[in-house]
Amino acid sequence: MPRPNKTQIEIKMEDVGIEIEQVERDSDDDTGRHGKTNRRQQNNKPSPAGARNNRNNNRSQPQARNGRRTAVEDDSEEEEEDEAPKPRRGNRKKLTKAQDSDEESEDEQPNRKTNKKGENQKHKEEPNNKEKQTDKKGKGKDKDKDDSKDKKKKKKKDSRYVLSSSSSSSSSSDDDSMSEGEMAKLMEEVEEKKKLVSNMRNKPWRMKRRLAALKEAQSFVEKFEGALGKGKGRRLFAYKKWIKFQRDFDNFKTSCIPWERKIKEVESHFGSSVASYFIFLRWMYGMNLVLFGITFGLVVIPEVLMGLPYGSIPRKTVPRAEQAKAMDFSTLWDFDGYCKYSVLFYGYYNDQRTIGLLKFRLPLAYLMVGIGTFGYSLMVVIRTMASNANESGGDGEDSDFLFCWKMFTSWDYLIGNSETADNKFASITTSFKEGIVDEEENQKDENIHLRRFLRVLANFLIVCSLGGSGYLIYFVVKRSQDFATRDNLGWYEKNEVEIVMSLLGLVCPPLFESIAELEEYHPRIALKWQLGRIFALFLGNLYTFLFALFDEVNQKLAVEESIKNATIWATHMHYANFTGNTSATPPPIDPADVIRGPCWETTVGIEFVKLTVSDIQVTYITILVGDFLRAVIVRFLNYCWCWDLESGFPSYGEFDISGNVLGLVFNQGMIWMGAFYAPGLVGINVLRLLTSMYYQSWAVMSSNVPHERIFKASRSNNFYMGLLLLILFLSLLPVVYTIMTLPPSFDCGPFSGKSKMFDIIMETIELDFPAFIGNIFSYVANPGLIIPAVLLMVLAIYYLNAVSKAYENSNLELKKKMQMQRDEEKNRRNNQDSTNSIMKDLEDLLPIMSGENKASTNKNDLPKTPKGADKQGGASRNGGRVNPEKEVSLAAQNPRIAVTRPPGPRPPGPLPGNPQLTVPGQRGRGPPQRVGRGQPRH
Amino acid sequence: MGNKQTIFTDEQLDAYQDCTFFTRKEILRLHTRYHELAPNLVPMDYTNDPDCKVPIQLIINMPELMENPFKERIVESFSEAGDGNLSFNDFVDMFSVLSEMAPRELKAIYAFKIYDFNTDNFICKSDLEQTLNKLTREELTPEEVNLVCEKVIEEADLDGDGKLAFADFENMISRAPDFLRIGSSGKAIIGFPAGNTELMEKKVIDKEEKQ
Repeated sequence: MPRPNKTQIEIKMEDVGIEIEQVERDSDDDTGRHGKTNRRQQNNKPSPAGARNNRNNNRSQPQARNGRRTAVEDDSEEEEEDEAPKPRRGNRKKLTKAQDSDEESEDEQPNRKTNKKGENQKHKEEPNNKEKQTDKKGKGKDKDKDDSKDKKKKKKKDSRYVLSSSSSSSSSSDDDSMSEGEMAKLMEEVEEKKKLVSNMRNKPWRMKRRLAALKEAQSFVEKFEGALGKGKGRRLFAYKKWIKFQRDFDNFKTSCIPWERKIKEVESHFGSSVASYFIFLRWMYGMNLVLFGITFGLVVIPEVLMGLPYGSIPRKTVPRAEQAKAMDFSTLWDFDGYCKYSVLFYGYYNDQRTIGLLKFRLPLAYLMVGIGTFGYSLMVVIRTMASNANESGGDGEDSDFLFCWKMFTSWDYLIGNSETADNKFASITTSFKEGIVDEEENQKDENIHLRRFLRVLANFLIVCSLGGSGYLIYFVVKRSQDFATRDNLGWYEKNEVEIVMSLLGLVCPPLFESIAELEEYHPRIALKWQLGRIFALFLGNLYTFLFALFDEVNQKLAVEESIKNATIWATHMHYANFTGNTSATPPPIDPADVIRGPCWETTVGIEFVKLTVSDIQVTYITILVGDFLRAVIVRFLNYCWCWDLESGFPSYGEFDISGNVLGLVFNQGMIWMGAFYAPGLVGINVLRLLTSMYYQSWAVMSSNVPHERIFKASRSNNFYMGLLLLILFLSLLPVVYTIMTLPPSFDCGPFSGKSKMFDIIMETIELDFPAFIGNIFSYVANPGLIIPAVLLMVLAIYYLNAVSKAYENSNLELKKKMQMQRDEEKNRRNNQDSTNSIMKDLEDLLPIMSGENKASTNKNDLPKTPKGADKQGGASRNGGRVNPEKEVSLAAQNPRIAVTRPPGPRPPGPLPGNPQLTVPGQRGRGPPQRVGRGQPRH
Repeated sequence: MGNKQTIFTDEQLDAYQDCTFFTRKEILRLHTRYHELAPNLVPMDYTNDPDCKVPIQLIINMPELMENPFKERIVESFSEAGDGNLSFNDFVDMFSVLSEMAPRELKAIYAFKIYDFNTDNFICKSDLEQTLNKLTREELTPEEVNLVCEKVIEEADLDGDGKLAFADFENMISRAPDFLRIGSSGKAIIGFPAGNTELMEKKVIDKEEKQ
């Protein structure tokens, strides 16, 4: 619209003369400038309204000055610059001209007059005064220009011109009185221009416009202040360097996180649920690395470096009977032979109080490391759980703008590599799918009773099968104890327990999964249930294993007693023989020949190491066969097969999250239990986790397909952590039990010769610390102190728990309030119809001015139509064009709407005698903008 | 300025420096890049503002834009005529806004323009559908697309007109966690640093949109 309008005026003006045209052009430029300054006065940073305002200008400006006008523009500005050094007279004239806003032909005459008057009086402040007044007008007119570009409103415009000219003439009469304040105002103006120059780069304008505006502002400032500090290049440069450094540093930090890219890659194709397994794996690796560091640094390496070498004492030597086969592979594979008598196991360590020059107290260190392993693990698990809980609370998981952010902020604009881009596309798609699954789950309308019934039924079935399998395990273990007393057993009877266990492990998880389908949980919750159930099943596994182990230990203890007597007798005999013959000292017995006890600690250690190794083998082979081989077969046999293998029966495997997580958790339980008796186990585990990371991420990328319903994992892995904590507790029990109650072997390990393992602490306190510490220790160990302490802790837990509950409640309350507020806001904007209907009723009650009322009521009905049209037709361009006008006309006569929202950041703007335009201004951010923006397209 | 020949006058460079987030050097480098896009179209001498435009096809094949799903829209919304052919001014403008120095508010304005496919100054459902299809390479089913678009409108549309005006958009985008990060570049670091470093090596002014 503006263009035809403008050209018309121009044509008109051409009749008058070229000079006028120039004035008009200047004024046009100036309008923009005033708009800017006004905006800055309101608020410095671009507010929504300001930004929109900018957009208006942006839209209208380039089109307003195209063709001839743009060509002339530069010249005119140069002209301006040329004029700058000229005598004041011309200068001021020019200035006033520049300060004029829309005022056109009618306005020009009085304007000139004022100029001349001002010149005559040679008052410096005069233009300033004038300028301020026109500035005010400019504000109003600027808006007018945006809002009223229709030809209909031309008349109003004209009337306004008259008005403004009158005002300017009135201002001209004021010109005579100039003051210091006006001078200050001028300075302010200059400051603003300067600000504009420094903020030019933040304006959402076309470059051409920016350049032009910059030139103008600069010339203005130069005129009034002379030299202007140009380009902030240097400062900007430093800032830029800083930002770049920050980003590089961030990049560096990210690249320091191990396997971040690998996990991201998996996540982008398989969703966050699969990635959560790998994140868990990475976390476990980190924790085990610390355990490894402690164990090897404080126990294994000191023993290797400073302890007695292999073969020096009986516990560090392979017995004569086993030496022949000690180096065979099969022996070593069973961790027998040289493996058994190595630093990897408990039995190898000597009971010397201190070793080496540093007087390292190895037995004490051994016990402390054993306890420290548990202490550290507990601390780390609980800390992680707590921080995860914090994180999930703080982050807006159920944010208001979930899909919006996915849609508008998920693309990474720095991606310049096609492979990365592919990954990003995949990850965005995956994340959308995750969101859709969640959303569908929310929208599911449910038959609550049926669902509840099915869930109860499913849980009943699962409890039944768990109970059944528990009984089966119990039964089999009992039987195996019977078998143990008998001889000549068949293969099946020997391995019955293992067979039953692995059968259960094979059958039950899929059974649970199919039962779980009855429940129709969200996949994320279903995964948790599945994990819990399989965990319960595997506990049976653990229980039988421990049961068997304790049996063995008790047997060994019994054997040990008799051997202990035998060895004492044997050494006695040895010495007796020699002392009988000669008086010389008897030669020592070869360490390989000494009679030894069974050393149950090493046996337990070997048992755990074997279990861990076989677990590794089974896991890796399962992946190789179950996933990789299957994928290869499906992929390549598909060319010559009767049915479609890829989409038909075998298809590709899915990544089994629950199985893998539980495997990891139970493996860690084995490590915790075994680490005390086999320090080397931690090292093996570190290796396993490391290879597992590469191997599994390769396997999952090469031979698995994503789940059918990709679901979003809860951001915190706290459920996994909970399982881990449970397992940690369960594995803590037997170890603490053995340390506290069972007597250590008499001839192997760091605690040999003590009646209990923890005696080493007592010994240290007695020998190495001053007496009063021993006293303190005995006081502290007094039950009279411990029981109150425990009570106090329980109370503290209770209190803290109550506090956290209260916080949680208030948190929920706040969330609810926020939601309500949001809804309210939405409703307020949405339900204008309802408020309008009430108003309509009220209006009907009014008897007079029926014509106007009718018009307004009719228009009240209107908004429904455009809205409906938009929703149906997806707001075609046509609809977009037509509707705003309707709404505007509506808005103009429906001032009530203004009540529903706070006044926008726009200035009140209305000029006296210009009433029609006040209303859209009041309406604020709504429809008027729509007009403003819709307009330039016409 | 200028080594062998003058590309810009001092005044021009100063003006560009004030109007963009670039230094002199970077502006000259940008001109070199612009020149390289179409050596026979673009003159070396820019002192008298020659009127020439580089066609869209050449611009969207720049390494910075190549992988971007919205490359056409970006270029179009920065071209003055809306057809995607960029003059040098538009070109500098684009790089300036997309540079990491640009403030979030400015980026939000241009982001809105970019996502507004049919240039009606609203992000309506068809715009959202196009955005989504570009983001996911059309791997979602029509029902899913529909669901997502409806959710987006439901979430962000505060005035209930079934489409997103700039106020809605800005309100939404300014609360995005990536958007709130200091140092303006968030996403890239969280995601794939490789793409980032690659651009860095090319010594081009880094570009990014909202993060």
